[in-house]
Amino acid sequence: MADLRTDFAGIRSPNPFWLASGPPTNTYGQVARAFDRGWGGAVWKTVGEPIVNTYSRYGGIDLGAVRMMGFNNIELITDRPVEDNLREVALLKKRYPGHALVVSLMVESKRETWHDIVRRTEDTGADGLELNFGCPHGMSERGMGSAVGQVPDYTCQIVEWVKEVATTPVIVKLTPNVTDVTYIARAAAQGGADAVSLINSINSIMGVDLDTFHPHPHVAGKGSHGGYCGPAVKPIALNMVAAVAQDARVRIPISGIGGIQTWKDAAEFIALGATTVQLCTAVMHYGFRLIEDLVDGLSNWMDEKGYATLDAWRGRAAPNVVKWEDLNLNYRTIAVIDQAKCIHCGLCYAACEDGAHQAIAIRRRDGARFAESGIGAVRFNGDHRWDVEIIEEACVGCNLCSLVCPVQGCITMQEVATGAAPVTWREYAAGRGKLAPRPEHYVTVA
Amino acid sequence: MRQLAATLPEERYEANFADLAPPLTPDQALGESSRCLFCYDAPCTTACPTHIDVPAFIKMIASGNLRGAAREILDANPMGHSCARACPVEVLCEGACVLNQLHKRPIEIARLQRYATDFALEHRLRLFEPGAATGRRVAVVGAGPAGLACAQDLRRCGHDVVIFEAREFPGGLNTYSIADYKMKPPTALAEARMVLDLGAELRTGVRVGEDVSFEELLEQYDAVFVGVGLGGTRRLGIPGESLHGVVDALSFIEELKLRPKREVAVGRRVVVVGAGNTAIDAATQAKRLGAERVTIVYRRTDADMPAYHYEYELAKADGCEFRWSTLPVRFVGNAVVEAVECVRTQSGRPLPGTEFRLDADMVVLAIGQEPRASLLARIPGVRFQNGRLLADPATGQTSNPRVFTGGDCANGGKEIVNAAADGKRAAAAIHALLRTMPQPVPAGG
Repeated sequence: MADLRTDFAGIRSPNPFWLASGPPTNTYGQVARAFDRGWGGAVWKTVGEPIVNTYSRYGGIDLGAVRMMGFNNIELITDRPVEDNLREVALLKKRYPGHALVVSLMVESKRETWHDIVRRTEDTGADGLELNFGCPHGMSERGMGSAVGQVPDYTCQIVEWVKEVATTPVIVKLTPNVTDVTYIARAAAQGGADAVSLINSINSIMGVDLDTFHPHPHVAGKGSHGGYCGPAVKPIALNMVAAVAQDARVRIPISGIGGIQTWKDAAEFIALGATTVQLCTAVMHYGFRLIEDLVDGLSNWMDEKGYATLDAWRGRAAPNVVKWEDLNLNYRTIAVIDQAKCIHCGLCYAACEDGAHQAIAIRRRDGARFAESGIGAVRFNGDHRWDVEIIEEACVGCNLCSLVCPVQGCITMQEVATGAAPVTWREYAAGRGKLAPRPEHYVTVA
Repeated sequence: MRQLAATLPEERYEANFADLAPPLTPDQALGESSRCLFCYDAPCTTACPTHIDVPAFIKMIASGNLRGAAREILDANPMGHSCARACPVEVLCEGACVLNQLHKRPIEIARLQRYATDFALEHRLRLFEPGAATGRRVAVVGAGPAGLACAQDLRRCGHDVVIFEAREFPGGLNTYSIADYKMKPPTALAEARMVLDLGAELRTGVRVGEDVSFEELLEQYDAVFVGVGLGGTRRLGIPGESLHGVVDALSFIEELKLRPKREVAVGRRVVVVGAGNTAIDAATQAKRLGAERVTIVYRRTDADMPAYHYEYELAKADGCEFRWSTLPVRFVGNAVVEAVECVRTQSGRPLPGTEFRLDADMVVLAIGQEPRASLLARIPGVRFQNGRLLADPATGQTSNPRVFTGGDCANGGKEIVNAAADGKRAAAAIHALLRTMPQPVPAGG
């Protein structure tokens, strides 16, 4: 069995799976239950001066019958007294010394206030601090959360104040609601942060009720933009993690967050450079029991691949994320349809013809042109009237048909040897290297 | 003495005749509609004789546009609701679903179609408008699925339509003969009403050919559509067929559909003759009315059985028994049937010396319907082929250019969906014909 133990900026945990700061880490009972179940760590829900929450506060977006493809919330930081939170953190740490327990913090942007909360928090014995510079709703209107995390100077300044007194590792949680997350990550590193975690949630309105015109979620008919998260945001989070991981001016450990539901999702974050991962929405959807497959699946995959530790493969994918101008323009792929697997749904044809590059033909078996086909000739017993074919000279290898095809392995993208040496845009634009011949397929209308 | 089955408690009748496929819940409809791949040039649409754009209406259900879904269905097939309940979808749209090839359950198209059309019927949606009045008049003879489908499209083209129906109610077999666990008369009438709401006039209790002649119709109307269906059940022509307790399947089914179930006489031991879909309907419903033993006798083998496979499965699940290669030769009894004397057959022919008796206090004949030959013979200028009206299959036009036909009387007896397709094709052809006629003189005062 693979060794999943993790050392994140000095904070150790039995596995890289942490609960992100949020509703699942609001009480002693929840976190204790999670640790009992096998979670490696938890970031305690953000502690600060108590606030008052609205009642209605979560929203979901479904994909067909699949619920909560995306999720958002307008819940603020903890609404429990600071003392209650810190007492429970201390009890937890005593009972679970081997688990990572980090406390998320958010207070007014005053040096003394930060000093005070950091000292009181560290008195609990917690393993580290996560500065919540990312919360996009509510708190930002009061000059906290993403209001800090969107300005590099503020970020750097507050990290410096915290580091003046902190004795445990300081993690800065980054907001994605910026034009370039690396600027904020650099500011955190410059201020002395020991690590960053990202992404926090994304500004969002989940929808509009077309009967009442209330936004989702609504509070007595009114709504406010909330933090978007859940499976739908994973690609955004992966991109930001990769950007931070490769930035030479950051170079501190990363805790990856955003849409993780399975061990595969988690492994992708780690492959792009994350040391630990944090989950919240998936737990809000399914509960703590998710940890069993997270640990087991990752461990089995590592065993299969021969990786003894997480460090053995961490960041392996990061160098493969490059600028567009460094991509090989002479790498040619083409779609290949396995006719034996085709079920004749026609989705590839519709997608390519209307939505992409007109490189799939639909050929009637009786030789008639499709536009004249009419209807009524097909028999249902698998005797189809037409077949789809790739027009090779027109196919740009864009992948779309293989993405819409509902049959696994029916349309695959296969590399075509061009015989030409690799050439990137950077080289080509500089007059170096030659492009291989390319499909010329567009019908030009005079 | 004929033994009748005991009356059942009312709730048993309700359970026995409840919808075989209950309506989908909103959650089920969302889940099922979300599974649809939205095929291009979809085989389900091709397989449907009325070519309903199935992926289009299913995506409308998924998006919550039930009105649009109902319109999509009923535009292509005015009988889309009864088809959703009674179509043999296993050999039509659902049999064609590409998911079958992935060894996945095909989309439950029929139940989704019912979900959308239920919405239209429940809210009595006005989905279509009559066309601008053309002054043309069309007589539709027979208010069954073919006639109603024809009438809807003619009204949408703006032609005046008068539907002549010999029976008390419109709907044809939808009202009088569909197995009650598939559709009940009020539903068939509600579906017919949606067509009538477009302004087609319905005259019930009028027997064309007797109360009014075809000649009169051809004088008073610019075109005539004949959708009179088939006639009575065929007779076996064997001794004892007039004994009390020997009934024909259509009369039996009609009675159980129109009267309270407890008032419908059903024997304890029922023998059904024939193995078509109507025979199955009679057998299962006899069982569901309380018959203790129902035996289907068929002179050929199970491989020759005309009933659909799933109908056969339903009859077996209901506890009906099958006697293959068995031919009734005499009904035995003294005024009242007591037994059926049968003979074993080979290739449908009797094997001498193999006679045996089946006890029966009720016999249901379900060996097909007679064509309405004498009625159809009264239409001027038409010709016949194999006892059916000779007509162009693409238009339903008979040898009399102003007379069109469709449905069972034209196709020999098929599904509701075939009748609806026939009616629509004829409506299109009638519309094309009427446009070529000289303009009518405006109706004077």
